[in-house]
Amino acid sequence: MTPEIIDLSMLELSAKLARREVSSVEATRDCLGRIERVDAKVRAFLRVDAKGALAAAEASDARRKANAPLSPLDGVPIALKDIFLTEGVETTAGSRILAGFIPPYDATVVALLKGAGLPIVGKANQDEFAMGSSTELSAFFPTHNPWDLTRAPGGSSGGSAAAVASREVFGALGTDTGGSIRQPAALTNTVGIKPTYGRVSRYGVIAFASSLDQVGPITRTVADAAALLQAIAVHDPRDSTSSTESVPDYLSGLEGGVAGMKLGVPREYFVPGMDPEVEQAVRSAAAELEKLGAKIIDVSLPHTRFALATYYLIAPAEASSNLARYDGVRYGFRALAAGGLREMYFQTRAAGFGPEVKRRIMLGTYALSAGYYDAYYLKAQKVRTLIRRDFLTAFEQVDAILSPTSPVTAFKLGEKLEDPLAMYLMDIFTLPCNLAGIPGMSVPCGFSKAGLPIGLQILGRHFDEARVLRIGRAFERDHDFAGRAPKL
Amino acid sequence: MAASDYQPVIGLEVHAQLLTRGKIFCGCSTQFGSPPNHNTCPVCLGMPGVLPVLNKRVVEFAVRVGLALGCTVRKTSVWSRKNYFYPDLPKGYQITQYDQPICEGGKLTIDVDGTTKDIRIRRIHMEEDAGKSVHDAVGGESLVDLNRAGVPLLEIVSEPDIRSSEEAVEYLKSLRDVLVYLGVNDGNMEEGSLRCDANVSVMRKGSSTLGQRTELKNMNSFRFVRQAIDYEIARQIEVLESGGKVVQETRLWDVQRGETRPMRSKEDAHDYRYFPEPDLPPLHVSDALIDEVGRSLPELPRAKARRFLSQYGLPAYDVKILCAERPLADFFEACAGQYKDYKKLSNWFLGELMRLLNEKGGSISSLKVQPAQLAALLSSVDKGEISANAGKDVLAEMFRTGRDPASIIAEKGLGQVSDAAVIEAAVDDAIAKNQGEVEKYRAGKKQVLGFFVGQVMKAMKGKGNPALINEMLKKKLG
Repeated sequence: MTPEIIDLSMLELSAKLARREVSSVEATRDCLGRIERVDAKVRAFLRVDAKGALAAAEASDARRKANAPLSPLDGVPIALKDIFLTEGVETTAGSRILAGFIPPYDATVVALLKGAGLPIVGKANQDEFAMGSSTELSAFFPTHNPWDLTRAPGGSSGGSAAAVASREVFGALGTDTGGSIRQPAALTNTVGIKPTYGRVSRYGVIAFASSLDQVGPITRTVADAAALLQAIAVHDPRDSTSSTESVPDYLSGLEGGVAGMKLGVPREYFVPGMDPEVEQAVRSAAAELEKLGAKIIDVSLPHTRFALATYYLIAPAEASSNLARYDGVRYGFRALAAGGLREMYFQTRAAGFGPEVKRRIMLGTYALSAGYYDAYYLKAQKVRTLIRRDFLTAFEQVDAILSPTSPVTAFKLGEKLEDPLAMYLMDIFTLPCNLAGIPGMSVPCGFSKAGLPIGLQILGRHFDEARVLRIGRAFERDHDFAGRAPKL
Repeated sequence: MAASDYQPVIGLEVHAQLLTRGKIFCGCSTQFGSPPNHNTCPVCLGMPGVLPVLNKRVVEFAVRVGLALGCTVRKTSVWSRKNYFYPDLPKGYQITQYDQPICEGGKLTIDVDGTTKDIRIRRIHMEEDAGKSVHDAVGGESLVDLNRAGVPLLEIVSEPDIRSSEEAVEYLKSLRDVLVYLGVNDGNMEEGSLRCDANVSVMRKGSSTLGQRTELKNMNSFRFVRQAIDYEIARQIEVLESGGKVVQETRLWDVQRGETRPMRSKEDAHDYRYFPEPDLPPLHVSDALIDEVGRSLPELPRAKARRFLSQYGLPAYDVKILCAERPLADFFEACAGQYKDYKKLSNWFLGELMRLLNEKGGSISSLKVQPAQLAALLSSVDKGEISANAGKDVLAEMFRTGRDPASIIAEKGLGQVSDAAVIEAAVDDAIAKNQGEVEKYRAGKKQVLGFFVGQVMKAMKGKGNPALINEMLKKKLG
C-alpha cells in the first residue's frame, strides 16, 4: 500500500497530479475523509465546503487530463482562514457580528488561488478578527492543538495551522498582524511565513490593523511555503499598499544553502522567563546553521522592549476604526432593538463582538481620542520608526536574523484566557517584525521533552523572502520535522 | 448699543462635488439621479475587506482649483480617517485630509460696493462624500441610499475675512464661477453639488477679540445663505445685548421658519479621532503635474472680465453678464472675431440671445447658431438689407433650425427695398395724395414727417429702407 495521499507535501502531490498518478478528486476526498475522522477533536474548521472543493477538483482533473493545468499547484486542496472573503461562502472572521455574512466577492488572494486551480476545502477557525494568540477567542469554539488536544494551537491563524499539522489539508493561508501565522506554525510543527508588508494583497482580507496585516502561507515544508507564496505574491492595483517590487522565483534558489551568509542572533530575543527548552532548540539550530557555513553574529535590536506597548497602541487604534463598519446597518448581525438608531448600534455591537475585540476597540478609541493622540498614537508611531531602524541597522551587519518564534511551547487551553497581558506576551518575538514591515518565517526546529513543537524564527530584509526561505530550507533539509505527524 | 455697533465676522466652508466620472476611491459612476444604491460596489458600500484606490482625476481637479485660487500645492499631503457613526457613512469613517491638506493659502477677489476685496483661502482638501439617509419614506423606517457615498468633494475653507451676508454671497458666487469655469463643479446648490457652511460671530466694532462663533448648515441656495447669516447675526447681537453669551454650537437653517436653530452643542460635538489613513500612502504631487495643470488653466472669470472691458470697450454691466458663464463668453468672442461693432453685438447677446435661451430653453453650449451666421445676420441689418425687427425674427428662426440667415431672409421675403426709384415713386404718391399734410409740414410742423414715413412704409408693405425713405421725404417736402 502506498503512503496516504494526505501525507504528501503540496509539491509532491503536485508532481503526482502532473504524472496523473493521483487525481485532485482523490486528494480532495482524502482531505474530506481526514476532516471527517479527526476534526471533531481538532476543530480546525468553521466551515467545510465539500461540494465546492470537489467541483474544483473535478475541473482540475479535467485540465490535467487535457494537459492544461492552470499552475503547478493546480488541484492541490487547501484551507483558508475565515478572514478571507470567499464569494458565496459564509465568511465570519470568527465573529458573531458577521454570522451569516455571504461575501459578494473573492479576496484577491482567493481569486489568485482559484485561478491557479487550487480547491478550497473549507474556512479555518481563528481568534475573532485575528485578535488573539490561541484561537480560543473564536466566537464559535476553540481549536485544539493536534499535538496535544488539551493545548491551544496558537493563533490567531490556529485553525489554518492545526488543519495543516493534522493533515486535513496540504496547505493553508493565514494572516499575520503581530505573529498570527508564525506563532501557531511554531506551536504546531508547521512552516509559516509572513511576507514583507505590501508583498501580498490585502484586498478582501477582513482588516484588523491595516498597517500591520499581511497574508501568508502555512505549510508542512519550506518548499511548499515558497510555492504557495509564489502563487499569491502578485501586485494588486486594488490595494494601494501593494508593492510593485518584482517577485523573484522563490523555488529556484531554495536549495542554495547558507554558506557565507551572516546570520544575526539578537540578544534581546532571549529573555528571562522563556522556556529553556525553546532557547536550547533555537541556539542549537543556530549552531547547525553555522556548521552549514553561516557566520553567526551577535546583534542588538535595542528598542525591542518597546514593541509590545507600541503594537498595543497602533493595532487597536487601527482596529477601532476598521471595525466601525460592523454596525448592523448593511450586513451581518443586527440586534432587533426598540428605541432607535443609537440603541440598535449599542445592542448590535454589544452582542456581536466578543470581550477581546471590545477591549481592543476601547484601547484604540482611547489612544486616538482628542488630547491623548499625541501621547499615545503619535508617540507609538515614532517608536515604531525606531524599531524599524533597529532592523535596518542590524541588516547592515547581517543578512538575516534568527530568534525563537514563541517564548514557550503550546500552552493549555484556558491557561491564559483570564490574563490578557500573558496572552499578549505570546507574540513578544513576532510583533517587531510586523512593526518594521519585514518578512519573517517560522520553521520547525525541534520538540520539547513533552513532545511539543518548537519554532525557529528567521527575519529578513524588506522583500528578501527568497533568502529567508533559503535559510529555512537549509535547516529543514537536515531534519525530518515535516515527516512527523501528530497521532490523532 | 445698536446693531450697527457690531461687526460680523464670517468664514465659509464650501463643499464642491467634483465632476469626475468615477468616485474618489472606486470606479462607480457619479451620475446624479440614478435609482437608489445603483451606483455602488463593495468598496463604496464599505464591505469587509475592501480598500480604497485613489482616482487620479480628483488630484488633478484639486490642483486646478488650488492654482486658480493662488494656493500653494503641497508636494506631499496625507489622507486621514474621520471617525463617526452614521448609517449613510458605510465604513464608519470618512476618508479626508486633515493636518496636511493638498492646498493651502490663496485668495479669491470679490466685488464689494464698487471696489474689490480679497478673501483669503485657508485650505483646500479632498474627501469622499457620504450617502443619503431618507427618513419616513416607508412606514416609519429610515432608508439609506449610497449612490453619493464616495463621490469626490473638495472642501474649500476661507479665512474669517467676510464681513456681511452680501460679501458671503458675493464670495460664494465668485467661487462658484471659478469652479464652473475650471470645469470641476456644476455649481448647482439646489441639487447639493455645491454646499456651504458658514462660521458666524459678531464682535464690538473697534474690539480686537473675536466673538464666539456658531456654525450654520443646511443653506442650499444663495438666498438661504444670505437669510441664514443675517438671521444669525441679528440673533447673536440680540443675545449679547440682553446680557447673554453666544454658545459655540452647530445650527441648522430652517427654511420653513426662516430661522437658525441648534443642532448640537460643543459638549456633544463628535471627537472624530482623526488619524492617518493606513490604507493609502501619502499623496505625492509632482512638479510636472503642477506645471501641466498650471499651463492648462483657463482664463478665470475676473481676468476675462478685465480683458472684455479693455479689449471690447464694453460697459461693466455687459461684461458681467457675458463673462458669467464660460461658454457664453467664448461664443461672444467667436462672434467678435467676425463682427466688429462689439457694443451692438453685446446688445444682441444680452437682448435677443438671452431672451431666446430663457424662453426656448437650452444652453449656449448646445446652441445651433454658429458665430459666422450671427455675424452675417448683424451685417445684413447694418447694411440695411433687412430691418432690425426683421432681424430678430430671423435670429429666432436661426435659433430654432440653425439655418443661414441669408436663406431665411430670402424665403420669408424679408429683404429691405433700397431701390431709390421704387422709394421715390411711393414718396411721390404719398405727397400727391396728402396735400393738406404737406402744407402743415411746410408751415413748420415737422412731426408730420412721421405720418409720411408711415404712409410710404404701408405702401411698400413694410419692406422699404427707413433711412432712404426719411432722406427722400425730407428732400421732396423741402
